[in-house]
Formats: sequence, C-alpha cells, structure tokens
Amino acid sequence: MKSATGYQGIPRWIYAIAAVGGLLVVLPLAAMLAKVNWPQFFPLITSESSLAALGLSLRTSAASTVLCIVLGVPLALVLARGEFPGQRLLRSFVLLPLVLPPVVGGIALLYTFGRQGLLGKSLEVAGIQIAFSTTAVVLAQTFVALPFLVVSLEGALRSAGNRYEAVAATLGARPTTVLRRVTLPLVLPGLASGAVLSFARSLGEFGATLTFAGSLEGVTRTLPLEIYLQRETDADAAVALSLVLVAVAVAVVGLSYGRQRSTTPSEVHA
Amino acid sequence: MSFEVHASLRARNFEMSLSLNDGETVAILGPNGAGKSTLLGVISGLLRPDSGAARIGDKELFRLDGGTRLWSPPHLRGTALLAQEALLFPHLNALDNVAFGPRSAGASRTAARETAEHWLAEVDALPLAKRRPAQLSGGQAQRVAVARALAADPELLLLDEPMAALDIHAAPLLRRVLKRVLKDRKAIIVTHDVLDAYMLADRVIVVERGRIAEEGPTRQVLERPRSHFAAGLAGLNLVTGTITEDGITTPDGRVFAGQHDSGWSPSPGQAGVAAFPPSSVSVFLGDVHGSPRNSFAVTITDLEPHGDQIRVRAGGGSSAPSLSADITPAASADLGLVPGMDVRFVVKSALVSVYPA
Repeated sequence: MKSATGYQGIPRWIYAIAAVGGLLVVLPLAAMLAKVNWPQFFPLITSESSLAALGLSLRTSAASTVLCIVLGVPLALVLARGEFPGQRLLRSFVLLPLVLPPVVGGIALLYTFGRQGLLGKSLEVAGIQIAFSTTAVVLAQTFVALPFLVVSLEGALRSAGNRYEAVAATLGARPTTVLRRVTLPLVLPGLASGAVLSFARSLGEFGATLTFAGSLEGVTRTLPLEIYLQRETDADAAVALSLVLVAVAVAVVGLSYGRQRSTTPSEVHA
Repeated sequence: MSFEVHASLRARNFEMSLSLNDGETVAILGPNGAGKSTLLGVISGLLRPDSGAARIGDKELFRLDGGTRLWSPPHLRGTALLAQEALLFPHLNALDNVAFGPRSAGASRTAARETAEHWLAEVDALPLAKRRPAQLSGGQAQRVAVARALAADPELLLLDEPMAALDIHAAPLLRRVLKRVLKDRKAIIVTHDVLDAYMLADRVIVVERGRIAEEGPTRQVLERPRSHFAAGLAGLNLVTGTITEDGITTPDGRVFAGQHDSGWSPSPGQAGVAAFPPSSVSVFLGDVHGSPRNSFAVTITDLEPHGDQIRVRAGGGSSAPSLSADITPAASADLGLVPGMDVRFVVKSALVSVYPA
C-alpha cells in the first residue's frame, strides 16, 4: 500500500484476478530462468553462431528503427495534424501490422519485393535483389515496427496541440522551421519512447523475417530465428539466448517507461 | 501604412470590417463568443474566412473575393499574435524565445541575441534572460511573450486578452509595459477590461454576435455607450427607445426623462439611447408619490457587492432591459431586499443622458 488516503473503489476480488494475470506473464519467465544452465551461460551466448545472430539482430534493428523514424515522423504528422481525404483509411492501414500475423506480413512483402513480386520484377531487372537478404530483414522489421512509432508519436502530437506552432508561425517562422525548432523538440519524449518500442519490436521480429528473408546464418538469421533453430538441437543455448532477449526487453521497457514517468510531471524542463 | 480588413465567416456568424491608421491602437470589447478571437485568427492567418480581404499598406494578407483566392500564410503576414497565455516555447530559455522571431527571419545568432536582449530590457525582463519558461511567474512569462512578439518586428501586433490570465498584482506592471511599447504602434487588443481600453487604446470597437455594434474614440464609447455590452462594462444602465421632447420612451411605454446630449438637437420620433449610472437609481418599496416619471415597477433578480455598496439588479418584465441600482448595505438591509421582490426604481432625471442611437 503506497498511500491509503484516497478512496480507490476497487473490489477485492479484482485484485485476485489481476494477480492471476500478472502470474501468467511472470511465471513463464521465472520457469525459463530456472532452466538456465548458469555454468555454461557465457560460452553459450558467445558461441560463433550466437554472436553472429546477436550482432545481426542489433544492426538490423538499429537500421529499421532509423527507417521507422524517417518514415514514421512524417506519417504521424500528417495523421495527427493534416487534413486530407482518406486520412482515417490511411490510419487504419498503417496500424494494420499491429494486428496482422507477422507471417502474413512476410508473405505480403514477398509478393511485393520478391523475385516475382510487384516491385521485385523491376528491381530484379535493375540488378537489385531484396528477398532473402539483410535488407529484407530490415524491411520486415520496419513493416511490423512502424505502427509502434506512429501510434506513440501521433498521441504525443495530439496531446501537445498546435498552439505553440500557431504562435511560432505568427512570429514569422516557415513551416519547416516550426517543425524543426518547435514541434519536434516538444514531442521529443513521445518520439523517443516510440523509437525505443520500435527497436524492441524489431529485435523480437520472427514470422515476417522467416517468411520474407529466410534463415541464412550471418545474413538473415537474427536472434529469434537462432533461438528457434537451437531449440531443436541445443535447448540450453536456446534458453540462454532467450534470457539475453528478455534482458534487452526489460531494459527497453524500463528505459521508455522510466523516461515517460520522469518527463511527464516536469515536461517543461525537458 | 494603414491596415484594413473585411471578412465574413458564416460558420461562426462572423462579419466585420475595420481599419487602423498608422500608429493607432484599437481595443476590441465584447462578450464571450462575440467573434473577437475569430477576428484575430482571420487577420493572423490561422483561420480562413469564407470571403473578405485584408491588407497592410500595399501588402495583401488575403483576398477571397469573387474569382481571386489569395491567401498569404501566417509566417509571411507580419502580424505577431500575443495570446492570453504566454505560450513561451518550454524547451527554450527566455532569451532564445525572444530571439525566435529574428532567427526565423534569417538573422544571425549574435544579431538575434542582441535584438532579444534589447526587447527583454524594453519589458524590464533582462534579468530573466537565462530562465526557462517553467521558472517564470505568469506576469514575467507574459512580459517575455510581449518582448518575443515585438522582436519579430510585426507591422501589426495582435493581443488577445493579454492580461486575462494574470493575477491582479501582475496585471498593472504588464499594462504599464504595454502602454509604453504600444505607443505609436499599430495594434489590436482584445480585452474584457475597461481599464485596458482606457489606458492602451485610441479607439474602441464593441463587437456583439459577430458584428461590430459600435465604435469610436475610447472616452466617447465608454462614457456614452450605445451597445448593451459597453454599457455593462462602463457600469451604466442603458435603455433604448424613441426620443421625445424631454427624454426617451421605451417600446413597452416607459418614459425616461433626461438631459439631451449637448451639441445635438433632438428630433422626436428618432431612435435613441438613455444612459445613467447605477448610483442615480434609488430603490423604494410600494408606491412613490410625486412625479410618476422615471419611476418603474421592477422585480429584483440579484444582489451583489460592488465596492462598498450593494448593486441591485432588476428585470422590468420580459421586454425591458435589466437595470441596476447602487445602494448602501444599510439601506438594503432596512428595505429587506431579496431576489424575487417587487420594488420601484426611481431614476434622477438630471443624471440621465439621452443621445441618438
């Protein structure tokens, strides 16, 4: 009990169900933790294939996060501030990857950028092959992670309103100047947490990557794919690598929530 | 360089036209929702009217008449807007906030800082230069916002109730600063406060329901108000009707005797206005003997303290305007006044001014 002052109005039995919900998330993680082969932990996660997969995951996730920012900031801006026909439709489509099974996303990407795909044929003529390459990994991750950045930033833009922008414009600032010097600094916390979430989603991407990019060691076999593969042969390695991903995820969640908590009350100092 | 605008916006039932001479400050008075902020939005380019046009000197701000659809964006208009809240950019300190306009206009970092320091000094805020907006009080922030608007070197300054969000201690200082910086500057100030109009404006425009209800030199409008709103601001009672030889007759047949405004010869039958201060109204219970003129049966609607007196407001039936009387608390207690009570208001005719509407 942090402070017993205010009336909460929560029935007691709600706590019981909430506890079950919490356990559903925490218990499996604890069970996995119990299975970790601690003496072999470091050798397992520093094996050649593990390091290759970890390195590839970090590089592709960083690249797709950058891509998410480059594409997601304009998307969030036109969705939050713009006015054009089909705006609601565009928002629905941008958010689709959130609810779409990733494997479906992978198939869709394959029929776009694959050898026989919509754009793939022309790209093939130009000598560019995307499917089953590291580029494909980045594209698959961007596909599934983009909505996280857009949703987070659009919310920040909406709650910030555009009064500061209006003042900036009457002071003589061009729209580009307003964006650079007013809008982006004001929504920086929202942008940062959106980017962190996108990075986390990219890091965990499995289905779309496997479908669209395959599982080629050092080229497209990211950490989740490596874990899935190792599970068949070396369960200890799979558990150890899973723990690495859990650690990264915990750090990411801590980072983004910690930021939000500390910036909300004293946002003006940011 | 004079400024002129006319615009209409049907969705807000807004239709106004006004002009400003060089160096003139105009106060816009009016009740909430009368279209004051709409006017500033249209001038600054944040709100697009259905039709109309505006220009500062030779520069056209917009022209949406007939076939032409000229619409200059806010940043090219030179009409800085100062709102009720300071809206200082929270991520910049006071100095950088003020330097924002010059920087946007292409000034170098050093030149912009010099301009910013000059204007901060102008509003007595130079010691606050390094502070973040969160570290400023409401009054300080609003003074910095004034400096920021002026540093953008606007050809027309728009002020939207700049004093409304300030406490009573901060407002006088800002008012003095504004008086100094608005001198010889084209500005439109939207306000609720008669004092602002008196101190800052050369001319007053009263707006009601999206239209200009009256305009004229500040003193004239506030001392001889024609619109209900201006009368309420100035604290005067205002009755409209038909002018007679010695006063005015309201549509429901009441007669207000009074003094005709000097310099004007009354022509009976003309529409006119009678104005009188609440202090000229006495309150009686029951019938009053003597002259029946300027004595009206009314029903008290509310009582409220007004300075060290009690202001008694009363409605005189459905069609008549509400009137107010100022009496002492002791008199109010003696008469046992409560809302809903039927009393008589008696107005001293020597204190009633009558002039044409």
